[in-house]
Amino acid sequence: MSGSLERHPHDVLVIGAGGAGLRAAIAAAEAGADVGLVCKSLLGKAHTVMAEGGVAASLRNVDDRDSWQIHFRDTMVGGKLLNNPRMAELHAQEAPDRVRELESWGAVFDRTADGRILQRPFGGHSHPRLAHVGDRTGLELIRTLQDRAVAAGIKVYMECTVTHLMTWTDRVRGAFGYWRTSGEPVVFPAKAIVLATGGIGRAFEITSNSWEYSGDGQALAYLAGADLIDMEFVQFHPTGMVWPPGVRGLLVTEAVRGEGGILRNRDGERFMWKYLPEDRRHEYAATDEEAARWVEALSAGRQTDARRPPELSTRDNVSRAIYTEVKEGRGSPHGGVFLDISYLPAETVRRKLPSMYEQFKELADVDITAGPMEVGPTTHYMMGGIRVDPETGATTRAGLYAAGEVAAGMHGANRLGGNSLSDLLVFGRRTGAAAAAEAATMDEVPQVDPVQIRAAMDELAAPFAAEPGQDPHRLHEELQATMQSLVGIFRIEADLHEAIGRLAGLHARWPSVRVSGGRIYNPGWGLVYELRNMLIVSEAIARSARQRTESRGAHSRLDHPELSPAWGRKNSVVRRDGDKMKVATSPLPALPDELRQLIKAG
Amino acid sequence: MPSAHLSVFRGTPQSEGEYVAFEVPVEEGMVVLDALHWIQANEASDLAVRWNCKAAKCGSCGCEINGKPSLACKTRMSDFEPTETITVEPLRTFPLVRDLVTDVSWNYEVNKRIVPFSPPTDSPQADWRWQQEDIERVQEFRKCIECFLCQDVCHVLRNHETERPFMGPRYLVRTAGLEMHPIDQADRTADLKDGGVGYCNITKCCTEVCPEHIRITDNAIIPLKERVADRYYDPIQIVWRKLRGDRSGKGSGSRAGESLPVLSGGSAAAPSDTTPGADVGGGADGADS
Repeated sequence: MSGSLERHPHDVLVIGAGGAGLRAAIAAAEAGADVGLVCKSLLGKAHTVMAEGGVAASLRNVDDRDSWQIHFRDTMVGGKLLNNPRMAELHAQEAPDRVRELESWGAVFDRTADGRILQRPFGGHSHPRLAHVGDRTGLELIRTLQDRAVAAGIKVYMECTVTHLMTWTDRVRGAFGYWRTSGEPVVFPAKAIVLATGGIGRAFEITSNSWEYSGDGQALAYLAGADLIDMEFVQFHPTGMVWPPGVRGLLVTEAVRGEGGILRNRDGERFMWKYLPEDRRHEYAATDEEAARWVEALSAGRQTDARRPPELSTRDNVSRAIYTEVKEGRGSPHGGVFLDISYLPAETVRRKLPSMYEQFKELADVDITAGPMEVGPTTHYMMGGIRVDPETGATTRAGLYAAGEVAAGMHGANRLGGNSLSDLLVFGRRTGAAAAAEAATMDEVPQVDPVQIRAAMDELAAPFAAEPGQDPHRLHEELQATMQSLVGIFRIEADLHEAIGRLAGLHARWPSVRVSGGRIYNPGWGLVYELRNMLIVSEAIARSARQRTESRGAHSRLDHPELSPAWGRKNSVVRRDGDKMKVATSPLPALPDELRQLIKAG
Repeated sequence: MPSAHLSVFRGTPQSEGEYVAFEVPVEEGMVVLDALHWIQANEASDLAVRWNCKAAKCGSCGCEINGKPSLACKTRMSDFEPTETITVEPLRTFPLVRDLVTDVSWNYEVNKRIVPFSPPTDSPQADWRWQQEDIERVQEFRKCIECFLCQDVCHVLRNHETERPFMGPRYLVRTAGLEMHPIDQADRTADLKDGGVGYCNITKCCTEVCPEHIRITDNAIIPLKERVADRYYDPIQIVWRKLRGDRSGKGSGSRAGESLPVLSGGSAAAPSDTTPGADVGGGADGADS
């Protein structure tokens, strides 16, 4: 394989073909760049297909009291003001156009009575805001973008894993990886690279994420010297399936609560009343009766003065509530709580939540039109990630960009449901366009350093020869157990300290991981590089979580339960320093006065 | 803990394939994909199987379970008798890569030749108004998760019954979703004819295996066949078009036709495979699309 190493030079290389990667690739191609799109799976299988509830945008089709300003405020309040305000502003302003654009590209959203795009309510959103297609919005989004990318003639490299970024004179100049179907190495020299690789859920035992979510982009950026920020903020979605064991962690869409789903504990108590934060209580219904009026109005498609049910609190809060109920002995038989939508007409439930209906019927023998589901928290989304420039998605490393879940700043300490799909579209487009613009200023596709290629090829071959030989699956199980038990929903100094120690031990064992079999489609071999990435992001999460001595959004410290004004002015920063990981802080970007006023207006 | 008996196909295009027996401990609610993951974690870390979401939403884990094209993530272990051997094989219609993974790149090539969504140029999106009932059929087609089980089970593709192009049920469904879109302006009738819609003889096998319960034959293929029949085989229509000087029946502007690739190569090298044309195709390196 020497000499004739396969090379595919491009102006812009996009790594990851979920919503952000596809949208970036389309934008870069429209700007005239020659674009390559690399993905670990087949095209159209990315984790975006799992997004269910909808895409948040103040279209004002259902409630004309909505506006980008209110969407901005909801996003900032939900993120506990740790968001990059410029990102939250751009997102709220541009999301409606991005949704309309999807429709003009062939997406077929559910309709209002007057024939426009229907919007549904979601946790933390002041008004019904989520454009959706039943509960399979992510599939609609990815298929629309996939069709658009194919029609644009974008070159797609499927089932190809990028393991290394190639750098030279302070600039990222290419990517190195291997074909999963043949095991052969491949190099992608590029003028600019966009990382759009998604999240990190596979570092935890219970997760709604697919195997692909192993922190690849975060780790590649870190290894290339880019900053990661806010890595302690991992979103635990309140409602994953808890039973049967084979599907534990599988997502139960927030749309169930958006359509009126009620959470109850084993005693039948609607416990969310107890957990509404005092400063936000005025946004929620005061009684069961008011919450019921809200659901009725929703079903009838009319505006109401009734306030939303307590189940539509933000995800961080609902997750803690469920965790606490279970821990204090009021859980359901399989260690969750009950989520009930069966009081609505069966036909409505099947029409609004078709894939949830199927999922429970086929995987758990539960008819959700006839009785409650059992649900509990599941690792779902990474708010932290690569530090990016709000306007362009540029990372702190020249030539390297990032968009979507792998990038940080947009969601602060907690993401609102529905803001992820809109994030992908808004920042995918901006980043792809900016990468293309930078590429246009460069004359030719750069050469890639042959020494780095050789080193990467040696690293690929190493696990077939390693002695004494660690089993990658065992290492992965230990990593997941460590993160699940010590770096979960509630954290404490001693646990985090222990986690960091255990992770160091796993890291030390990693070079001796050994795999059996050959190079062709060998998942054990693939796991080796994903383990490297998961170890890096896990250490970043644990160290950032230990550093932040407060509780904010998704980061809850039992030993520091209060929100700290001082910490509210800082981002956590993770940076590579030789072979060591350095954790520090940097001041939060300034909040301009006019945006401060918008937040206060709520 | 009770255990299940699995017989899993293992092999590459270069090697004689074999069925390997595994005893897998079963817990409540387990699906076949869980069993395959258990095998990877405990017995054969290099067992090749495609999967992503494990929730029947991505359509990656299609394989043949006891001969039936199925999603491994949706097939429960409790569907089988405890004493029964559960045989897991790759999709036979496509060339083998390794073990349970096949080269499905042909599908992506066919997809590229479908004329994309073509909205009217004189009506901006802001003016579009559709009722929910106008789009229900299109939304049914857009539920497709591209698992290719319909392509796998289709006898025209599986048995290589034609040397002419046939796009297969998946891409007839995609075309139907575009053709029935409330405002799409393109005419794909000629492409449907060239894409072999006539080869389908309505056995409905595709509908039976669809995990999304799309009524592929009744709702997509039959209406498309009718469009082609009206255009090309209805004498009154032909005369009417001649009188009006309408040339649209000639297939001009078609993106399909000759350029539509024929599925070549055979199925997986499964020893029990009795389908004709089971010679092993290349394309195991077909990741580049």
